[in-house]
Amino acid sequence: MKDVAVIGVGQSSFVRGYEGSIRELAFEAFREAMQDAGITQKDVDASVFCSAPEYDKQRSPAGVLAEYLGLIPQPTFYVETVCSSSSTGLKVAYSMIKAGLHDVVVVLGFQKMSEITSAESQERMGRGADIQWEAPFGTMMPAYYALYAQAYMSKHGLTHDDLMGVRLKSSTYGVINERAVYRKPVKPGDFKQGDPEAKLAGPVAWPLRVGDCCANADGSSCIILANAQKAKALSKKPVWIAGIGAASEAVNMAARPDFAKGLSVGYAAAAQAYKMAGITAKNVKVAEVHDCFTIAEIMAYEGLGFAPAGDGKQLIREKATYKEGKIPVNVDGGLLSKGHPIGATGGSQIRTIVLQLRGEAGPMQVPGAPDIGLVHNIGGVGLYGNVTIFNRD
Amino acid sequence: MGFEKFGRKSFTAVTKTAKFVDLLAEGKVEGTVCKDCGVKFFPPRADCAKCFSKNMDWFEMPKKGKLETFTTAYYAPFGFEADPPYAMGVVDFGGGLKLFARLAKNIKPEDLKVGGDVTIRPLKYDDDQLSFEIAKGDQ
Repeated sequence: MKDVAVIGVGQSSFVRGYEGSIRELAFEAFREAMQDAGITQKDVDASVFCSAPEYDKQRSPAGVLAEYLGLIPQPTFYVETVCSSSSTGLKVAYSMIKAGLHDVVVVLGFQKMSEITSAESQERMGRGADIQWEAPFGTMMPAYYALYAQAYMSKHGLTHDDLMGVRLKSSTYGVINERAVYRKPVKPGDFKQGDPEAKLAGPVAWPLRVGDCCANADGSSCIILANAQKAKALSKKPVWIAGIGAASEAVNMAARPDFAKGLSVGYAAAAQAYKMAGITAKNVKVAEVHDCFTIAEIMAYEGLGFAPAGDGKQLIREKATYKEGKIPVNVDGGLLSKGHPIGATGGSQIRTIVLQLRGEAGPMQVPGAPDIGLVHNIGGVGLYGNVTIFNRD
Repeated sequence: MGFEKFGRKSFTAVTKTAKFVDLLAEGKVEGTVCKDCGVKFFPPRADCAKCFSKNMDWFEMPKKGKLETFTTAYYAPFGFEADPPYAMGVVDFGGGLKLFARLAKNIKPEDLKVGGDVTIRPLKYDDDQLSFEIAKGDQ
């Protein structure tokens, strides 16, 4: 199935309050990916732009950004699945290439969350789920994930210290990732309840605390895909797409099957991707998972089969998901430390895995020359799930 | 029209299920049931996804259920700033029927537990908005 390869990757620094417009933000990731691939715009047949539209003042940004990137008159369009938009963009681009319509496609994820005021942003957050039946209660993302955390902690003995363990791991790598928005070291004292100096301890939506939640950020990511013929001609180190899985779930919490089991889309997308790649969880050497909240990383371990259901906490307690562990996860800081610019997040995860497989991840490089990597990217509160598996020659 | 009366603040004015709000005013929390194939829905739907029928009837939700999960929100979205802290949760009535709502203000956080007995009841806010809430099982 080695028919589509990643031949170039790029991402901007993830920052608070990017000093530029969305087209300039997009160009940062694009420039890096094009220089990485060593190609020019003449080599690109089409582009796919990915973001969550409620943050953009620009209507229909694909055409505007394509022009700024020098990608006209080639076809371009927009793809959205909230936080997993650029993983969905990758799947669409893969399909375009597999169908034989195009040879080389640019997938550009971007989000300038600071494009709107924080009051506007809060209102949009409240409308991020079922606006007819749930938003009227005053819902927001941390509260939804807290519903999962509460049920999971109650059933499986997961503790607040385990959740803190996820954040401590994340910050270990956020400190050394120069593209991350949150680079300060985090220590257990930062979570101490009742201590006014403990900045990560305050409740947001109990049982989740400030330190359990990822940071908003502005950022962009760019992935360039090519068919096998072009990849071999253009790239010395192609990384192949070995498996793709994607699933959706009911938006309303009243229709969710089992809160203590985690997100159903994580399980469903993983099963598809493993089957397509012809591998199991044991073959994965490095992974990026969607840790928008600490609980989400624990649930992802189980959905992906890195741990049996209910046992995800053991991986954190044993430090098995650190860089030197048996299955390194989010060793670039993840969403918690690197930041989560909605539409750019999936592409950033993919970039990390591609660099890991090429042995170019610098201080974050997983030892042992990993040959198979996985990206797990969730949209909304498990509304959309995407798992993509990569390998190299 | 009519659905703007639902909840603390509604984002929807027009829906074929707006009768839900009229039923709340009568003190009833109701879902819809397909007259053709019998599938029950909560939240209510105007269209049956199983048999494509639009012949829907209303049915009253069960009174007794178990609290499947809950959270207490200390921050709120725009338009809800006056409310925190407030708790929200999911009630499981069995048979595939569940409901999401806020929990009654008079429940103390320490009295909440996953799997606890709860009931549901309609609620009218001071500004005449209509909603429903989760209450302790013995109320």
